[in-house]
Amino acid sequence: MAQEHKLEIFRGLVKFKSNTQKIWGVLIFLTIVTVIEVVLGIFKPESLMGYVLGMKALNWIFIILTIVKAYYITWDFMHMRDEAKGLRRAVVWTTIFLILYLVFILLQEGGYVFRVYDQGYITRDF
Amino acid sequence: MSTAVVNTGTEGKTWGGGNEPLKASYGKMMMWFFIVSDALTFSGFLAAYGFSRFKFIDAWPIADEVFTHFPFFHGVDAPMYYVAFMTFVLIMSSVTMVLAVDAGHHLNKSKVTIYMFLTIIGGIIFVGSQAWEWNTFIKGDYGAVQTKGGNILQFVDAEGHRVALKDFVVAGHNDRAKHESKNGLWFVNEGTLPTYTVQEVLHGLESHENVLVRTQKLTAEGEKTVLTRAESLKQIKDNGKLVVEGANLHVNEYGSPLFADFFFFITGFHGFHVFSGVVLNIIIFFNVVLGTYERRKSYEMVEKVGLYWHFVDLVWVFVFTFFYLV
Repeated sequence: MAQEHKLEIFRGLVKFKSNTQKIWGVLIFLTIVTVIEVVLGIFKPESLMGYVLGMKALNWIFIILTIVKAYYITWDFMHMRDEAKGLRRAVVWTTIFLILYLVFILLQEGGYVFRVYDQGYITRDF
Repeated sequence: MSTAVVNTGTEGKTWGGGNEPLKASYGKMMMWFFIVSDALTFSGFLAAYGFSRFKFIDAWPIADEVFTHFPFFHGVDAPMYYVAFMTFVLIMSSVTMVLAVDAGHHLNKSKVTIYMFLTIIGGIIFVGSQAWEWNTFIKGDYGAVQTKGGNILQFVDAEGHRVALKDFVVAGHNDRAKHESKNGLWFVNEGTLPTYTVQEVLHGLESHENVLVRTQKLTAEGEKTVLTRAESLKQIKDNGKLVVEGANLHVNEYGSPLFADFFFFITGFHGFHVFSGVVLNIIIFFNVVLGTYERRKSYEMVEKVGLYWHFVDLVWVFVFTFFYLV
């Protein structure tokens, strides 16, 4: 029961001949992304230390690269690319929506508590 | 007697029953939904970590300065290399897993066996590495002084390099012995006592002109604030309360105790997932070797356990980013 796999990544930019070949291709891509992350993490280029939307540009790059990696792990290693549209949406959209909601609420609250400590009458400096 | 059967008019359509509208077996779908709920559990932990970090955004430990060790390279400053290695091991074992699934689709028993075996080895290396990380983290390397307010004071030399307590503090004679249940209250425990007292640290600091105190506070450049000589002495004398070596759930020489708590909890929970993944993989491995799936003419079990294994890898990608990079 040789299952059918979609064998192209990057919206058809890279096409593979077999599923095995695609797996190695994705591994190479994930390794490159990880190496970029580690190199940036060690050298921390000065030019990326500016703030974009309340966070360092470097941190945005890390988070975006992580999501890119997560996408390829889910789509190609877990074969989400080959699943029915209904299953894919039920799993991915539900998770993404709930996580974004949770993260937003907790980070917002954390920032608020920080400002209470920082500008309020509570001191921690002793 | 046509009342017994209700005609809905959906017979033969996608959702009319007797179909697999999502084109996935029951087991595989349930694995996906388990993964969704587990993903939410992990994001709950990571979001809680984010909450605590935002709460102490101006005083959070810098991961680069915490995880600087590599096995067999003692004293070499190697930030992140070891975690990068661990990440790579886990991605690699994901690859062997997906190759096993692929070989399963071709009903190639010997290949599935080899790839499952390699996956298990990768998982064991990862769990072992994590144990080593924990060990290094718990032992600590420089030591610090905790203040009355629960802040951590670390020591640096004039160039800003970290100085370990043992390099400038001399341990004096101490009458205070560790309480043991065999010669005291049998129902009371006490952890290991610190090597030095705050008084001894103060003496050490007084006699070493070039040692300064570094606080948790981050400067605008994202580095820790170093106090002047006079302030250093004053801080230790007035506020020093406890000498901290290494990290546990109560104290943490690297900074906020919450950092250590979340480190233990999140990487521990993830490590437990990897461990259970290895156990599941071993069970499936033996089933493969025994030919169970060969007789069944379907290696779908390998696929299901593979989904779980990839999920563990997926979680690590996020843990790696939020604990070590950001």
